[in-house]
Amino acid sequence: MVAEPLIRVADVEKVYKTGDVEVRALRGVSLDVRPGEFVAIMGSSGSGKSTLMNLLGCLDRPTSGSYRLAGREVARMNKNELAEVRSEILGFVFQSFNLLARTSALENVELPLVYRGVGGAERRRRARLALERVGLGARLDHTPAQLSGGQQQRVAIARALVGDPKVILADEPTGNLDSQTSIDVMALFQELGRAGITIVLVTHEPDIAECASRVVVVKDGLIVTDREQVPRPARSAPAAGAEVHP
Amino acid sequence: MNPLVTVVVAFRAVLRNKMRSFLTTLGIIIGVAAVIAMMAIGAGAKAQVEQAFSAMGTNLLIVMPGSTTAGGSFGGFGSMPTLTWDDLAAIRAEVPAVKAAAPQLRANQSIVSDELNWTTSITGTSPDYFEIRSWPVAVGAPFTQADVDAGSKVVVLGQTVVERLFGPSANPVGQTVRIGQSPFGVVGVLEKKGQSPSGQDYDDAAFIPMTTFAQRIQGGLGKFLTGTIFVQATGSDTTQRAMTDVQALLRDRHHIPPGGEDDFSIRNLSEVASAQQQGTETMTTLLASVAAVSLLVGGIGIMNIMLVSVTERTREIGLRMAIGAKPRSILLQFLVEALVLSLTGGLIGVALGVGTASWLAGKFRWPMQIQVDVIGISVVFSALVGVVFGIYPARKASQLDPIDALRYE
Ligand SMILES: Nc1ncnc2c1ncn2[C@@H]1O[C@H](COP(=O)(O)OP(=O)(O)O)[C@@H](O)[C@H]1O
Ligand SMILES: [Mg+2]
Repeated sequence: MVAEPLIRVADVEKVYKTGDVEVRALRGVSLDVRPGEFVAIMGSSGSGKSTLMNLLGCLDRPTSGSYRLAGREVARMNKNELAEVRSEILGFVFQSFNLLARTSALENVELPLVYRGVGGAERRRRARLALERVGLGARLDHTPAQLSGGQQQRVAIARALVGDPKVILADEPTGNLDSQTSIDVMALFQELGRAGITIVLVTHEPDIAECASRVVVVKDGLIVTDREQVPRPARSAPAAGAEVHP
Repeated sequence: MNPLVTVVVAFRAVLRNKMRSFLTTLGIIIGVAAVIAMMAIGAGAKAQVEQAFSAMGTNLLIVMPGSTTAGGSFGGFGSMPTLTWDDLAAIRAEVPAVKAAAPQLRANQSIVSDELNWTTSITGTSPDYFEIRSWPVAVGAPFTQADVDAGSKVVVLGQTVVERLFGPSANPVGQTVRIGQSPFGVVGVLEKKGQSPSGQDYDDAAFIPMTTFAQRIQGGLGKFLTGTIFVQATGSDTTQRAMTDVQALLRDRHHIPPGGEDDFSIRNLSEVASAQQQGTETMTTLLASVAAVSLLVGGIGIMNIMLVSVTERTREIGLRMAIGAKPRSILLQFLVEALVLSLTGGLIGVALGVGTASWLAGKFRWPMQIQVDVIGISVVFSALVGVVFGIYPARKASQLDPIDALRYE
């Protein structure tokens, strides 16, 4: 009756070796994420959140354990297969935006489609739609330097969206934003969640985590808390002051 | 990633750092320009030498009085006559590898027409001289064996002499000129021949029968032939044979004992020509290889800057990988960027090389031949330099680990 979850992590360990020092960043993590969930991963610095996200994002492979994404075992994939999964199923949002400098918002958003071999006209059409969806339909030609931090993160979200991903992975997406802008960005994530996209987001701010439908707390490479909650709507923030652009 | 997008991205990356890209390609630009200019000028020089030697005559031997080994210390060849008229007849009759032989007696004299006078080189010879030197008459006819036998006062003029005495494009055949005290009838005008390897004007000359020359200019026909003998072999493969046979014949006729020194010398013009040819070629090859080294250095410059570029753009590479770029796409992107650098350098180099060669040719009146195949090879070679020196940085980029690359500061 219930299909296999979108993400199924079972007993995953990750050990980093630097010289003769071994760091066990993940020590047996199991986590299932069903389609449509909005998961916030919390935990103190160095607890293994980013390591977990990198594994979920198919950027890295676990040392042991199993990771199935949309029914496929990731641990045994080669570099090209990982690239294909990243391109077709996943969308990434980073703390530092990672937009290409001196490149327009539109072209930044087009980039994932370039690697999928989508033709020029179709690419631009879809990139424009994605930018309109994040509220930047009027800023297509702006380069990152001409955009505020919040706007840059929206461009990055549009870039994650443009390929119609099943999952968006965001490692501290609000870490470089002021609190009001953070709330705006979270409102955008909630909107995407309502549209059916699965979201996994790392944060260490409790009020950001409140926006999610599930909170997972990581400590020393282990999951210590995993609870569902009623998400708080980000829009109801009282101090709805106007976003200040530099 | 489609090829057009790859090329556009590469061009943008190159144009983003215009000065740096230009300095990087400078090695290639200079290398290609130097190769093309060198080869153009070298080929021009070679063609000129070739043309000059073939103008002298084919399969040609020149027999001169005096020994070779005595060299310059004797104050020049021909100062003491050792060749005789009978030697000439014997060379003609007794050496099978010889097709024809003609004397060349020379003196500088002035020739006078009705109004003008011009000092030129007068040559006394026989009619087959014009064949030996493959130098046909343009107007009229050469003098004949009958003219030689009778010692007729007839003259065949070179184009320059005609121009000086009668004006350009005049036809002097049938007119009379004076050489010394005697009137000579102009029977023919030779075709234009151009310059000798040493730059002397072949067409500034007049030719009269050898008997007439001996009597009127050398003051009597004696036993000795006061000049040189031009010998034409029957073919290029018999030139060497003709040379040894003529040498043997003359040693015998001059009663030179075995081990004794020749009292004459024989020059094989095709040998002189090929020696000079080789000189030019060696020079060209040398300069071209220096230029090729500069291309190589240019390639190393490209590798260097591509490595810098990969390092600078490590985060960008990580991002591209995170959003779905395969290692192959990254490899291709950097390879095409190196190719764009080297190929652009190559094309600028071609333009610069052709420009430099034309400018030098114009300024110093050097001959030059732009060689399409050299241009083609240079362009292909610079592309190759881009690929060879671009592959290492590109591989390095494509093998980056996406997380490490994203985290790179
Ligand atoms: N590439 C790496 N090499 C070695 N150790 C690493 C590497 N990445 C992370 N670590 C270590 O793994 C642990 C977890 O790190 P990380 O997942 O980045 O934590 P978080 O994102 O929760 O702050 C830390 O102790 C960190 O030092
Ligand atoms: Mg982290």
